[in-house]
Amino acid sequence: MRNRLLATIAFTAMTALSGLMPGAAQAADPIKVGAIVSATGPASFLGDPEKKVLELYADRINQAGGVGGRPVQLTVYDDGGAADKAASFTKRLIESDGVDVIVGGTTTAATMAAVPLVERAGVPFISLAGAVVIVEPVKKWVFKTPHTDRMAAEKVMEDMKKRGLTKLALLSEDSGFGKSGREQTIAVAKERGIELVADETYGAKDTDVTAQLTKVKNNAAAQAVLVFGLGQGPAVVTKNYRQLGISLPLYQSHGVASKEYIRLAGGAAEGVRLPAAGLVVAAQLADSDPQKKVVTEFTKVYEDSFSTEVSTFAGHAYDGLMIALDAVKRAGGTDKAKLRDAIEQTKGYVGTGGTVTMSAKDHMGLTLDAFHMVEVRQGDWSLVK
Amino acid sequence: MFAELLQYLLSGLTIGAIYALAGLGFSIIYNASHVINFAQGEFIMIGGMASATLTASGVPLPLAIMIGCGGAMLVGVLVAKFAVERARNASTVTLIIITIGASIFLRGVAELVWGKDFKRLDAFSGETPIQIMGASMQPQSLWVVGTAGVLIVAIGLFFARTLTGKAILATSHNRLAAQLVGIDVKRVVLASFALSAALGAVGGAVVAPITFSYTEMGIMLGLKGFTAAVLGGLGHGPGAVAGGLIVGIAEALGAGYISSAYKDAVAFVIILAVLLFMPNGLFGKRGTERV
Repeated sequence: MRNRLLATIAFTAMTALSGLMPGAAQAADPIKVGAIVSATGPASFLGDPEKKVLELYADRINQAGGVGGRPVQLTVYDDGGAADKAASFTKRLIESDGVDVIVGGTTTAATMAAVPLVERAGVPFISLAGAVVIVEPVKKWVFKTPHTDRMAAEKVMEDMKKRGLTKLALLSEDSGFGKSGREQTIAVAKERGIELVADETYGAKDTDVTAQLTKVKNNAAAQAVLVFGLGQGPAVVTKNYRQLGISLPLYQSHGVASKEYIRLAGGAAEGVRLPAAGLVVAAQLADSDPQKKVVTEFTKVYEDSFSTEVSTFAGHAYDGLMIALDAVKRAGGTDKAKLRDAIEQTKGYVGTGGTVTMSAKDHMGLTLDAFHMVEVRQGDWSLVK
Repeated sequence: MFAELLQYLLSGLTIGAIYALAGLGFSIIYNASHVINFAQGEFIMIGGMASATLTASGVPLPLAIMIGCGGAMLVGVLVAKFAVERARNASTVTLIIITIGASIFLRGVAELVWGKDFKRLDAFSGETPIQIMGASMQPQSLWVVGTAGVLIVAIGLFFARTLTGKAILATSHNRLAAQLVGIDVKRVVLASFALSAALGAVGGAVVAPITFSYTEMGIMLGLKGFTAAVLGGLGHGPGAVAGGLIVGIAEALGAGYISSAYKDAVAFVIILAVLLFMPNGLFGKRGTERV
């Protein structure tokens, strides 16, 4: 009797153990994707859609049978917009959750806080933040999906040249995004032979910037104005700009490429130009545009699921997840070194941000073509031809 | 040259009027309860958010403002009753910390109710700028300055002519004596919270078309209002108004003539200077210590 019991226990234990053996487990072993986003706090309008998209697409992929038969196991942490929290969550993802790849870092500050940790641990990391410092100089394990502020500055100046304008007044926000944008604008202006005739700043929460704009207005040399900021600040600037009756062409950065900007600034936004990803003008893209299919489909899925308008930030998260999973497929598993190499070899991936072709020197993989110059006309984006 | 100066002054006046309203709210509560209520900014936020979201769903503007006002008063009374009154015998510092806690709590609740995005409220009388000798201002600025003016006069009359107003004043002068002559001090504190909440909410509604409303709009407005109240002398109503206007105009001039990068610093340099050199503010009475 007793012997039989022991035998049963031994048998049960053996079957249970065999389940853990690598060969048998391969099929069900999940791909562990970690994410740190700022779903709450000041950057929540970026991080909240990002979180929703990651969860939505992880679910959709799992329902469709996962990647190569392996389900995606997503772990999302909310850093609340605080860089120190981003760092400790990164640590947790690496050490206790044992993730294969990390997507995230909504803001540049959060990303840069996570970078030393992933570099040391050797975990592939795809950032969703904008600044060029993330991928320049190239860091072995760090990649990013959004366009850089440098590209935005280049695109704006390209458009200025086309219109025969060479003297720019800059108004930048005192946030991380605005500061980095200001540095890049100054650098790009030098390269492209554009003269910076004014360099003003405003606070991210300012309710009135007429003082700064009055200075710009009285600057006889200025031929165009570029605003580098996120959130409601640029909308306040736009309203004050019209209030003062300034007639110079007004450019904004890709930081306001969401319908919310038009809604807030109202009629004042008419005629404002900015560089934006194909996603915001999905319906207007030419049918021959390789992005057309991807962005139309993504917009539909997103808007059907959340019944709010799609934002470029949601697109960055989608691109990050897809690039990671595509690399898992090509690497034939989740060996971190192989996965990293596969991400670096991403070639011709068509996402919401543009066509991504990475290399050992370029960990973002987007070219200036990924940006479209759009103008606000009758309360909607309109492609500038 | 003159047009430029005038533009800065007009900008400063608009912002200053908002700060003045916030500062006045600080003063009223300070008078009645000696609490510096750091949830004052949240009353402004409630007014702005309520009027923006209600008008967006079809409620006429005046009604929306009244509902926002009523909501803020209710919240104010609840804060007084369940947070401040409970800690009756705690030190002033503890009470201040409680109001900071209340403000964080209110922001959190507002985020759940209204979401995190910015709300737009249309300007009350169009957006065609008014031109004055080369400077321009939004018509909404007149609404802000006008509303602030009317409210300030109304508050002045309330304190001078009504029994409740006088009771609040009496409590501010000497709490124990007020209690001895039969003033229900607890109700005075509740009334003062309701009053300053209403002030804040109306302020929030009139500034919303200029600033947009969002759940965190109260943080900076509250801090600047506090600066205004301290500059004018804590508890001194007209002083808070003058303080608000001074801070607003100093900010605009600072941004215009010195550097826009130090705009916010102006307010905080002012508050440091006041605390160091004249801790009673411009108009405040010298505090007396009884031994």
